[in-house]
Amino acid sequence: MAETELHEYDVLVIGAGGAGLRAAIEARERGLRTAIVCKSLFGKAHTVMAEGGCAASMGNVNENDSWQVHFRDTMRGGKFVNNWRMAELHAKEAPDRVWELETYGALFDRTPDGRISQRNFGGHTYPRLAHVGDRTGLELIRTMQQRIVALQQADHAELGDYEARLRVFAECTVTELLTDDDGAVAGAFGYWRESGRLVRFDAPAVVLATGGIGKSYQVTSNSWEYTGDGHALALRAGATLIDMEFVQFHPTGMVWPPSVKGILVTEGVRGDGGVLKNADGDRFMFGYVPDVFKGQYADTEDEADRWYLDQENNRRTPDLLPRDEVARAINTEVKEGRGSPHGGVYLDIASRMPAEEIKRRLPSMYHQFKELADVDITAEAMEVGPTCHYVMGGIEVDPDTGQSRVPGLFAAGECAGGMHGSNRLGGNSLSDLLVFGRRAGLGAASYVEGLERRPVVRDQDVEAAARMTLAPFDPHPGGTGENPYTLHAELQKAMNDLVGIIRTEAEMTEALERLDALRTRVRDVVVEGNRQYNPGWHLALDLRNMLMVGEAVASSALLRTESRGGHTREDHPGLDPEWRRRMLVTRCAGGPDDDPVVPRVVVEPAGREPMRQDLLALFDLAELEKYHTAAELTAYPEGASA
Amino acid sequence: MSYAGRFRVWRGDDAGGELVDFEVEVNEGEVVLDVLHRLQATQTPDLAIRWNCKAGKCGSCSAEINGRPRLLCMTRMSVFEPGEVVTVTPMRTFPVIRDLVTDVSYNYAKAREVTPFTPPPGLAPGEYRMSQADVGRSQEFRKCIECFLCQDTCHVVRDHEENKDAFAGPRFLMRVAELEMHPLDVADRVTAAQEQHGLGRCNITKCCTDVCPEGIKITDNALIPMKERVADRRYDPLVWLGRTITRRRG
Repeated sequence: MAETELHEYDVLVIGAGGAGLRAAIEARERGLRTAIVCKSLFGKAHTVMAEGGCAASMGNVNENDSWQVHFRDTMRGGKFVNNWRMAELHAKEAPDRVWELETYGALFDRTPDGRISQRNFGGHTYPRLAHVGDRTGLELIRTMQQRIVALQQADHAELGDYEARLRVFAECTVTELLTDDDGAVAGAFGYWRESGRLVRFDAPAVVLATGGIGKSYQVTSNSWEYTGDGHALALRAGATLIDMEFVQFHPTGMVWPPSVKGILVTEGVRGDGGVLKNADGDRFMFGYVPDVFKGQYADTEDEADRWYLDQENNRRTPDLLPRDEVARAINTEVKEGRGSPHGGVYLDIASRMPAEEIKRRLPSMYHQFKELADVDITAEAMEVGPTCHYVMGGIEVDPDTGQSRVPGLFAAGECAGGMHGSNRLGGNSLSDLLVFGRRAGLGAASYVEGLERRPVVRDQDVEAAARMTLAPFDPHPGGTGENPYTLHAELQKAMNDLVGIIRTEAEMTEALERLDALRTRVRDVVVEGNRQYNPGWHLALDLRNMLMVGEAVASSALLRTESRGGHTREDHPGLDPEWRRRMLVTRCAGGPDDDPVVPRVVVEPAGREPMRQDLLALFDLAELEKYHTAAELTAYPEGASA
Repeated sequence: MSYAGRFRVWRGDDAGGELVDFEVEVNEGEVVLDVLHRLQATQTPDLAIRWNCKAGKCGSCSAEINGRPRLLCMTRMSVFEPGEVVTVTPMRTFPVIRDLVTDVSYNYAKAREVTPFTPPPGLAPGEYRMSQADVGRSQEFRKCIECFLCQDTCHVVRDHEENKDAFAGPRFLMRVAELEMHPLDVADRVTAAQEQHGLGRCNITKCCTDVCPEGIKITDNALIPMKERVADRRYDPLVWLGRTITRRRG
């Protein structure tokens, strides 16, 4: 067997974005020896790309804000299929998590009285997003990176070794989780990207914080790392995924030039006053307020414009509807021939405020359009269109501890499911990864402390993982010799064309057929060159995960015969209260004839737990009736009202 | 609007390498990284490139294009003539791992040498009050995406391996300035800036500022003000006298 490096830790965190770093900080502060493994360099994870802000009801700008209002907004945004306990914990704990970052050295933008400033965002009733211009994600990741360095410095002062209790394994990819005879997590297997050396981690607790799946799509705001690794690792280790049909297409990605198609244009542009217009110059969003939000948004342009200055007496602009609504509206405008020359619509901030103000509030956007598209956003409108941005579905976890169905396997951040329901509100991602990153770190620490004996890795699993990892260098005779880049492009095209914003049964069926064909071909993938920093090899291994996740999304989307949030079925356009009560659970099919390279998945419906009565009472009955069956609301407390 | 672009890319590893010529399709609106990705997909599947966000936000794809330190993802092909040879080489200041990927661990080691943010004792979370004007100075430095192009271009360490031990480089001298200008930080890094981080070796040629993809005025706003603080501390005659007397008493 190939030579394998061995490391032992108490807690292994996979992924070094916001959730992973926050989990690692917590586990280390609880005194556990902790390792972080990440595919990129330390500090480069996809969290750096988050722009607009971090939602927390601190009430610094509008003191009417509270966790209850944040909770309500989150449930509405997710169309009431969110895991309500997660939404509750998130709304309650987000302010403490933001304030904690200041103690690590974060520098958010300030209010005139010196507190953390908060900005408006889609679906949030009050200005709620703590931000640093339009580079909030960078601030979060750098702050936590520097906190980790500070903890390492403390260990160095005490023990003479920076890495005594907390080590980052950068540019290292995990290809398989390892379990013991009882099915509990025992460690992980992977390789160093730089050298190609194989590496094994023995650890009784693993926290998955691997982010999303966007690289399965052609047009995406996601970086190359987003290949659904955590989702697929969890499935292969015996855990379950939920809600995989709910994929968020951010309404505003760049559409031109082609090489930058999909790159994110922050919702902060609209939060700060930018408006969407079609080719005729109409502010079309006024025509797209759905019934469930009727009465909550401005009817006229005048009222919408007044709202930016006076939120007490005016309703918000429909430009700030939740993302799923705006993405569908743009899709319709383009389809009906009112789009911009490159197949998007216009996002205009140039005519709304002075050039200097735009540069001050949205420096990255100014820079991005100037450098990449040669467009001056202070003088002309941007062209924007939907881009695959976020997966609401993910690993099924216990809300309080982040533990999956596999003992010792935890998940937090985008790769965990439930928190955002069918559609995530902007700004709720950064707060999610702080709240649940910390909880998963705590959950993992408590689990390890409570263990009577450490789980033991099985040698045959290590050997199998090593064989699978090196397989692309050793193609079987008579194989077709597939190119990983070609397979990836075909997978992205299938997902983009068939499992996109608007879906039909015929398209899902065709997508599954195409994925099945790719599954066969991926076994014949071959790579050139050696194991040292070989991108073709890295992609060949990532393809396994992308295929499993693609199948989970398409199979779930086929089953859900309604439209809700990030899942729109042209053949089932309405919201169906019966479907609200059901979630779709993905697991590995298993069995003796299973495919070891890309195991098959099955998707089955399960019930959702009814919302606790005191949380139900935070809503008006009339609103709940739009989403729930009559039978579910018999428990609505008498005399309750929002 | 497509044409056959002429590229010359350094290929090799720590044992050595060479510039290799390629002809590869270039389309309207593309950046250098797009063309290198096309090379990977069609001609050289094992060409090593470090990249991540492809939007100028993560600072992974640093390299040298026609000898100039740049981000591959933010260098548009339209700045070159169609017939022009575009030469892409790895950052020269750091050891090569393979092709365009270098070992940047020097930077992570230097990050560990800076005293971290130290809040005032007894200030509870949620009680931090700072004015925008005061946080703005450090915020400029926190725009840094850690692409390490400033470290790459700085002549103190470029081609001077022997200086690396004693010199933190512009990125981490700026980190020192950022913390010193943090309105609530209570630690003192002024003496360390000179004695441990090698601020005195910087002779303010502004090469770092020139290559910064974020447009941070590293020299004017971070390095020179730090030098002034050092000068105030070390070379002010009154401070010098006071320190000499204190030292004699000790």
